[in-house]
Amino acid sequence: MNDIRTIALIAGVLALLTAATAVGQFLKRHPDRGLDPAAVNTFNLRLRGWWIMCTVLAAAFWLGTTATVLLFGLVSFWALREFITLTPTRKGDHRALFWVFFAFTPLHYVLVGLNRYDVFSVFLPVYATLFVLARVAFAGDYKRFLERTAKIQAGLVVCVYCLSFAPALLQLPLAGAAGTAGTGNFRLLFFLILLVQFADCMQYVWSRMLGRRLVAAAVSSNRTWEGLLGSATSTALLAAVLWWAAPPFEPWQAALTGFVVAIMGFAGGMTMSAIKRDRGVKDYGTLVVGHGGVLDRIDSICFAAPVFYHMTQLIAGVGSR
Amino acid sequence: MLSPADPPQKVMAVAGGDHAGPSPLCRAAGLALAAVARVLAGSSVRWIASQPDTCQRVYFANHTSHLDAIVIWSSLPQAVRELTRPVAAKDYWSRGIVRRWLAEQVFDAILIDRTDIKVHQSPVDLMLREIGPTKSLIVFPEGSRSVSGEVGEFKSGLYYLAKKRPDIELVPVHIDNLNRVLPRGEFLPVPLLSCISFGPPLWLERGEAKVDFLERARRSVLALKE
Repeated sequence: MNDIRTIALIAGVLALLTAATAVGQFLKRHPDRGLDPAAVNTFNLRLRGWWIMCTVLAAAFWLGTTATVLLFGLVSFWALREFITLTPTRKGDHRALFWVFFAFTPLHYVLVGLNRYDVFSVFLPVYATLFVLARVAFAGDYKRFLERTAKIQAGLVVCVYCLSFAPALLQLPLAGAAGTAGTGNFRLLFFLILLVQFADCMQYVWSRMLGRRLVAAAVSSNRTWEGLLGSATSTALLAAVLWWAAPPFEPWQAALTGFVVAIMGFAGGMTMSAIKRDRGVKDYGTLVVGHGGVLDRIDSICFAAPVFYHMTQLIAGVGSR
Repeated sequence: MLSPADPPQKVMAVAGGDHAGPSPLCRAAGLALAAVARVLAGSSVRWIASQPDTCQRVYFANHTSHLDAIVIWSSLPQAVRELTRPVAAKDYWSRGIVRRWLAEQVFDAILIDRTDIKVHQSPVDLMLREIGPTKSLIVFPEGSRSVSGEVGEFKSGLYYLAKKRPDIELVPVHIDNLNRVLPRGEFLPVPLLSCISFGPPLWLERGEAKVDFLERARRSVLALKE
């Protein structure tokens, strides 16, 4: 039963991606269809990103929980790298950054892998925060102290802490699969990523079709209220249709989760866009020629993962002791 | 151009070096180290109006960190890397067994004594003698790592290199962000992303004054910053 659901979900996604790739290639070969070639190109690049994401995820799932946690740990590490690279830091932050990269980030993922929710839920927000504040103070450079420490903490929370809730889904005890990560847990993670990507896509489509009122013109020139509402509604619909794929959900619960996930994903995109605007760059990956950055791909997952985790926990009734 | 097989041996003999090419262990260490350096410094490499080539070149770069030489060296394609020798400060690179082994055996660095520069043994002559007719150099004309992050005045060594060997291509290299990976005075690196840009080669113009040439070379490095 479980396996039929997994196969159905994966087959569905593969069919969708294949169809989209066919359309993308067709549009690329026929530039006379009156479509903006830049938009077609963006679409094709996006698709390539999804294929890569899908392949890597499938490989990690196949290899098991530890491999998946490790994969997300590496993604976090790389995203944090991009985040700090584009954030000006001073020499006084160097030692704090060293510990953030080589102690706090790996240790946090070890705790996630060991399923120590009680520890990993406070480790970064409390202890890493205190450490960074103290370490920067010890370094003796007080210039713009709060601003500098806040940058490091924001990077840690978004790139490491929030993202780690995605692989933590694999450890969430669900009714029926006591203790160990079952295929249900993998489907849950896949479901989250699918919803976030779908919401991103729908946001773009709805903004293009109906978008009038920009949320914040100075931050993003293509994110509109209509896009937000349309994407949240479409994502809720998709989630309701796919409710069978995510173990603890009833259709209405899946729809509600989809709605919230879409809004959080949108918020993530807006936030990262604001930071990029402030730094005057288009992509986090500008330092890596020819690629959008890792952070550009995962910003919405970072924002959506914690809320998805906690909603699932609430609905599965495992959060209440 | 020169035939690739013979000259290196001859150069070794001329240079009076006591090692006959890198041993397999050192080559493996070199490959591994280049990979580690690329990953650690997250360096993206750009060739702007320029191409990697095994012809004789002097790569001159802004100096921001102890990692500069290693990172430039490892961002070259392997065939070019094997012909390229970084010029490094003796006081730093001959301290400790590991560092000295890396400098002498793996990078095949030319170590310059910054404290004891003699007239009859000028560093430029030493470099030219060491590279012979085939090898390339990586030099940092500022002489020491900049404190402010700005690119400082170039020392005159680059001018004399260009004057004595007008056939060598001088390739400007700009290193971005590496000073944050390993700032001056720190010994533990933070794995940020850096960018290495190679620019189009330049030569000493006929009758160009030393000051003008050095300023032109410095500006060619700065131009790669964008």
